[in-house]
Amino acid sequence: MKPPAFEYLAPRTLEQAVAALGAEDAKILAGGQSLVPMLNFRLLAPSLLVDITRIPGLDNVDDWDGGLRIGALTRHHALETSPLVRDRFPVLHAAMAEVAHLAIRNRGTIGGSLCHGDPAAELPGMVVLLDAQLQTTQRLIPAAEFYDGTLSTVLGADEILTDIMLPALPPGTGWGFEEFARRSGDFALAAVGVLIGGEVRIVAIGANEKPIRLLNAEALFNDASDIDAVAEAAGKEVSPEGDLHGSAEYRCHLVKVLTRRALRAAWERTS
Amino acid sequence: MIAVVVNGVSYERAVEPRMLLADFLRYELSLTGTHVGCEQGVCGACTVIMNGDSVRACLCFAVQADGAEIETVEGLGTVDDLNPLQQAFQEHHALQCGFCTPGMLMTGVDLLRKYPLATDREIREGLSGNLCRCTGYEHIVRAIRSVVGRSVVGRSVAGHER
Repeated sequence: MKPPAFEYLAPRTLEQAVAALGAEDAKILAGGQSLVPMLNFRLLAPSLLVDITRIPGLDNVDDWDGGLRIGALTRHHALETSPLVRDRFPVLHAAMAEVAHLAIRNRGTIGGSLCHGDPAAELPGMVVLLDAQLQTTQRLIPAAEFYDGTLSTVLGADEILTDIMLPALPPGTGWGFEEFARRSGDFALAAVGVLIGGEVRIVAIGANEKPIRLLNAEALFNDASDIDAVAEAAGKEVSPEGDLHGSAEYRCHLVKVLTRRALRAAWERTS
Repeated sequence: MIAVVVNGVSYERAVEPRMLLADFLRYELSLTGTHVGCEQGVCGACTVIMNGDSVRACLCFAVQADGAEIETVEGLGTVDDLNPLQQAFQEHHALQCGFCTPGMLMTGVDLLRKYPLATDREIREGLSGNLCRCTGYEHIVRAIRSVVGRSVVGRSVAGHER
């Protein structure tokens, strides 16, 4: 369980990093909490790792027109403990508490988690729920268009995610986040995030090949009396695959139950 | 060539990029207190503290630690002069085979520094990334509980006191 040999570069600027990524089979290394296990398992054998964590200025959480601009190298623990995140996006604050374990949160970065794109990870679902804009070295990508499948994004080989912009939520937005995992900190068997503000948004995590908004279920929601019907629809709108942790049917059931709970919580938090 | 400070001692070494920090500590610096279990970030046995944060030494390359200050279990205390957390582990029978203990101790130190740990649930959540196959965790939780609010940062980490 030792990684294969590779070359290593730690550029000090984004320009140097982009240039280095021109090499064949180069990979970006940020916090390494997903990449290094894959290397240890020898699931990957890149020729070059480009460590971007020495590039300054990519780990800040700043105001962005009432929302937040989050640098891609911001560590999970910094997000978990950020007063700005807690005050403006309490749903993200709640989700961060479910991300892995402290030692992983100390190293892992939001950009790394988003670009790795595990469908059961919290952050990819959160950026879809919060309608984030993802700034790369080349363009601005809406979060809803960022994934094209499991562990797969639309990023080019030499394109680096630099900032995550979360637009401000309408005042009084209610939120809910519910996750079910076998062990605290493990990947979700399923999770659901809900916002009730100017519109209702429901996102399911761990149920499809990528996080998805449940548009059919959302359309059924008017007020608290619709919660059971919306939850029922949510369970039918996802198409999970079964594995040794849970059958497809079980995961659909989880989405239904978690949607109901998250909607109730969000409804109670609206003001 | 990388330069690190481990438990207050400076080292410079040439390392292959693929060398994991855990192997660097064990093989290059002969600090074998850091244990290697799963090598995939699941068991937590290799947990060390880097620049004040607990990290998995199996999920970090030594080259990434260039310039870092690292604390390992060797820096906590000695057999004749145990750190209060180590003392608590002994008093509460929080270890049996001892394989997970270095990771439990370093995780415990980081938890005690960062969180109020007002409830046992918080302690259990904090330890959820560290596997122990002997104790059933109960005694580890009790040991950590017994030192909440006391200074357990250890000699090597005085510079990081928060």
